[in-house]
Amino acid sequence: MVIDETKMTSLAEATSREDVAGRSLWADARRRFFRNKAAIFGLGLLIFVVSFALFGNLLAAWNNSDIDYNVMGDATASAPSLANGHYFGADDLGRDLFARTVQGTQISLLVGVIGTLIAVSVGTVYGAISGYFGGRVDGFMMRLVDILLAIPYMFVLILLLVMYGRSIGMLFVGVGLISWLEMARIVRGQTLTLKNREYVEAARAIGVPAPTIIRRHILPNLVGVVVVFATLLVPLMILTESFISFLGLGVQEPQTSLGALISEGAGTMSYGTLWQLAFPLFFFVITLFGFYFVGDGLRDALDPKER
Amino acid sequence: MIVYILKRLAIAIPTLLTLIIASFVLMHVAPGGPFTAERAVPPEVLANLNAKYGLDQPLWRQIATYLWNVVAHFDFGPSFTYKDRSVNDIIAQGFPVTLTYGFLSFITAVLVGVSLGVTAAIKRNSWLDYLAVGISIGAQVLPNFVMAPILVLIFTLSLHWLPGGGWSFDDPRFWIMPVIALSTSYMASIARITRSSMLETLSSNHIRTARAKGLPKRKIILRHALKPALLPVISYLGPAFVSMITGSVIVDVYFTTGGIGKSFVDSALNRDYAVMMGITILLGTLTILFNLVVDIIYGWIDPKIRY
Repeated sequence: MVIDETKMTSLAEATSREDVAGRSLWADARRRFFRNKAAIFGLGLLIFVVSFALFGNLLAAWNNSDIDYNVMGDATASAPSLANGHYFGADDLGRDLFARTVQGTQISLLVGVIGTLIAVSVGTVYGAISGYFGGRVDGFMMRLVDILLAIPYMFVLILLLVMYGRSIGMLFVGVGLISWLEMARIVRGQTLTLKNREYVEAARAIGVPAPTIIRRHILPNLVGVVVVFATLLVPLMILTESFISFLGLGVQEPQTSLGALISEGAGTMSYGTLWQLAFPLFFFVITLFGFYFVGDGLRDALDPKER
Repeated sequence: MIVYILKRLAIAIPTLLTLIIASFVLMHVAPGGPFTAERAVPPEVLANLNAKYGLDQPLWRQIATYLWNVVAHFDFGPSFTYKDRSVNDIIAQGFPVTLTYGFLSFITAVLVGVSLGVTAAIKRNSWLDYLAVGISIGAQVLPNFVMAPILVLIFTLSLHWLPGGGWSFDDPRFWIMPVIALSTSYMASIARITRSSMLETLSSNHIRTARAKGLPKRKIILRHALKPALLPVISYLGPAFVSMITGSVIVDVYFTTGGIGKSFVDSALNRDYAVMMGITILLGTLTILFNLVVDIIYGWIDPKIRY
């Protein structure tokens, strides 16, 4: 589950190519994106998952924390049924699985998006600074990234969660802070090519200070790479969070996430309550598919090259 | 070549030191020590405990002692939870298991992944190609913690072919599910990377020349195309290794194989910092060594690398 670096570099080259007169890069990309069937399918999946997370509770007949004593601990009575309002069945404590899945999807998406935002903002700024200043500063900053990349971060993240409390906030920060490294590398690479452009040179010649050049001329040109990378990063964040929650070290009760629900479902599978695994797994899988397809579609749209 | 290796070593050693010192400092600034249990310990007892484990010394002194013990004696100190076992005992018990199925999974992932990718590239747009691409897309959303319950569901609960957990060095039936669960998603990634880089290599000039002078297809692929096409795969092996090590935690917990990952999660839940650190450092060292080997292989295969 690592984002393919060669493709990202090729993308970086494509977006930094100077525009030829005519249609803009973005208009072209939009046209290509909407012609790509897999990408549209992915977009459809994402819209479905997001609306499920946002509006699912309006459909739910039960609250996610209410316990239905009629079905509690009864493997046959807690099966999915329209009659008693448990559309996805109930979990082993008699809570409505539909409402729980809505809650889990919300939290998983939230972790994915917030983690990505942290990773992208830290990584972009770090990479842009390192690439723009170059020389010894760059050498030092990139060496640091190399060192941090070689550390098995999942263990450090678990270490952090255990020591500083297993809260969702900590999870956001931890997941975000460890995944800015690759972003920083890619952004630095592109900044290196951007900074030799004539318009940057011109800006430097008339005395624009470095922070302004980075903000006005470098960062806007990085948008393509950053957007694609962020789209592909969200599913990785969701995977990381689910991994930790599967081990019981992440999101804690009464809150839940797709990973935690899959873990519960996997634990009770042998009693024949398969729906407890199937529904969370379904949403988990289509969320990942959605993000991957849209990310790949965006990349191919911005960098059309036969693969 | 020697300079190149030395340069790589010059990164590896500070990485290792950073890992050890960072986790040590994190552990010490964390709120609550290993002896803050639910049941309050009298202050005199606590002072004695702290003295026994050296926790009353100044921080730099503790780090120095720990570093010295680890580097010079390979000694990770006593466990904070189990009075009669040292961290070394715990590692020695679980590590061989993890190493066995980890090694098998890695080999499986590489061999199957590369052959799948090469076949798909050679027989482009055939049913084999579509199958390979389909598998690799599907496996992307089936990480180890999803694979594990699904495998148990199929092979243990439905077919009764394989034991659902446990470990034995003599009986390969215990190895099958851990290896499949751990290797599938990496196999898929390797297949995808191999396929796209093989396609690129096959359309390059030197392959056209080889075909023009009438070399048999087999020879072209094995002699001329495979080596350059494998470069991106080799650079993927490092990250794959890291996340496989991480994935072994899931395997250990879900299949109760008694590997090192289970000890890590248990120690995380018990706040047994000594065991957590020992395992983190051990696996970190492995990762760093592995990256070193990958770098050297890469430098050896790719003539473009200057050293």
